[in-house]
Amino acid sequence: MTATLSLPKPPPVNTVKLDERSLALRRQIVRTIERGGRGHVGSAFCLVEMLRVLYDDVLRYDATNPRWPERDRFVLSKGHGCLALYVLLAEKGFFPEAELWRFCKPDGMLGGHPEFGKIPGVEASTGSLGHGLSFAVGFALNARIDKAAHRVFAICSDGESNEGSVWEAALSAAKHRLSNLTVLVDYNKQQSYSTTYEVLDLDPFADKWRAFGWAVEEVDGHDVAALRAALARAPFHGDKPTVIICHTIKGKGVPFVENNLNWHHKNKVTEDEVKSLLTALEGDR
Amino acid sequence: MRKTSLDAVYELAKRDRRVVFIGSDLGIGTLKQFKAEMPERFFMEGVSEAHLVTMAAGLALEGKVVYINTIATFLTRRCYEQVCLDLSLHHTNVRLIGSGGGVVYAPLGPTHQAIEDIAIFRTLPRMTIVAPCDAEEMKRLMPQTLDWDGPMYIRLGKGGDAVVSRPELGFQIGKALLVREGSDALIVTTGITLQPALAAAAQLEQSGISAGVLHMHTVKPFNTEALLAQAARVPAILSIEEHTIIGGLGSAVAETLAEANFSTPKRFKRIGIPDVFPDKYGSQATLLARYGITAEGAVAEVRKLLGR
Repeated sequence: MTATLSLPKPPPVNTVKLDERSLALRRQIVRTIERGGRGHVGSAFCLVEMLRVLYDDVLRYDATNPRWPERDRFVLSKGHGCLALYVLLAEKGFFPEAELWRFCKPDGMLGGHPEFGKIPGVEASTGSLGHGLSFAVGFALNARIDKAAHRVFAICSDGESNEGSVWEAALSAAKHRLSNLTVLVDYNKQQSYSTTYEVLDLDPFADKWRAFGWAVEEVDGHDVAALRAALARAPFHGDKPTVIICHTIKGKGVPFVENNLNWHHKNKVTEDEVKSLLTALEGDR
Repeated sequence: MRKTSLDAVYELAKRDRRVVFIGSDLGIGTLKQFKAEMPERFFMEGVSEAHLVTMAAGLALEGKVVYINTIATFLTRRCYEQVCLDLSLHHTNVRLIGSGGGVVYAPLGPTHQAIEDIAIFRTLPRMTIVAPCDAEEMKRLMPQTLDWDGPMYIRLGKGGDAVVSRPELGFQIGKALLVREGSDALIVTTGITLQPALAAAAQLEQSGISAGVLHMHTVKPFNTEALLAQAARVPAILSIEEHTIIGGLGSAVAETLAEANFSTPKRFKRIGIPDVFPDKYGSQATLLARYGITAEGAVAEVRKLLGR
């Protein structure tokens, strides 16, 4: 297959109306932030659909036996999006919901980045960017060595893709033809300071992954049906790792948060802000 | 020493299916037999140390015991965060075999001289640091690395180093070896500095000074008890290492002695590379001589400490 260079044509985003499940998960994120008083709000909101599809429809796991050897491995390489993960892990029964209310508290299990060994269901401690994909490559290689059937999934971010180690791992996964590895990249085109175009342009992003030897598709990262369909098709190639570039909107779901860099991370979330967030996430009810 | 350690990895891999080897871009033919016989557990991953350390952590979290070999500076400086977070924080069974510890690569210049590797790794919780003195000691070390708990850094010497270790003294990771008894002074060593220390002790004996030699092949966990037991018996202590004097063996000895609060204060000196990047080429021996990391240097410092 010859890689063809094309101008980036992101699929239309934000045309999808969030359903009640997506809104409810976001409300739970807000309630968690309310207790912790802080958190990466925008970074968590844009992951909700990817994570819900993974945990509802794709990953094989047993919440009562998180180290079940045959489970699929999932690494949230974009560790700062962990609030969305915590909410799903709690809902699926990896730990009691009450843990959410101790987010970032001295006696809590859940911190501002996910930690392996503390949180059931978390396969690797992430937070420093550019580590998760290499962990995933290690997990996928191990599955191959052991002739195990489980698969490996990871979510990386666009800002994270500034790290050279991401591309070291990308080369390595392609070299080993890791078709048991599927990566979702959260391409919201925003990073902490500004847009990815201004800070460090990644485009043509899909072509870069293609050139690195990956099988690539692009989807609207908030379109549950499209995500489901893409993940059902994965691996896209029997001899290549798969990457799904998910075009998303940072802060998706709340108009005053969307694409608003002030909401990338909040050190302090006021009572009024929590109220406004919850109101915006009420939907049509 | 490198060949001995890699041959041992091959032997371990033959008898234990958990053993995996990862190299970066090593010399042609490295572990050829390993690759031929166990290709699924042999990886040559390219010049991408940051990635391969974390990839090794991924394999180790799944139950593998992973041995990585490349040049020491690239395994310590370049991927320090990966070592800290993915090996130490995750408590993984990964063994980093660093070629050319100290100034082995003297002719290649400061980019290749691992002179602060021990210092920066000492600060990592759960890290074990071992610097064998010769190939025979390496042979005794390697079988013990298989079931050791947590990450380990193995610092390699140049190769062809004079054999000064003695099998009858045994070897246990974390346990210092009293290679020579002494009542006037104690010389503390790690890695290949056991050689000059023993030569110094022999020379000192000629002039009636009895110097003991304590070999701390394992710098972390530091065998505090062994050091204090020997230090208590002598008025003067000298550390000698092929490493910056900041943060390595000498610092570990100094910290231990300072907190021991002996009723009679001890005389103490560190021999090592001062706070500089070595500015000359030549050979390992050239640089060791430049900084007094020699038998003559040790003799002179012990005499100064004792005023004899």
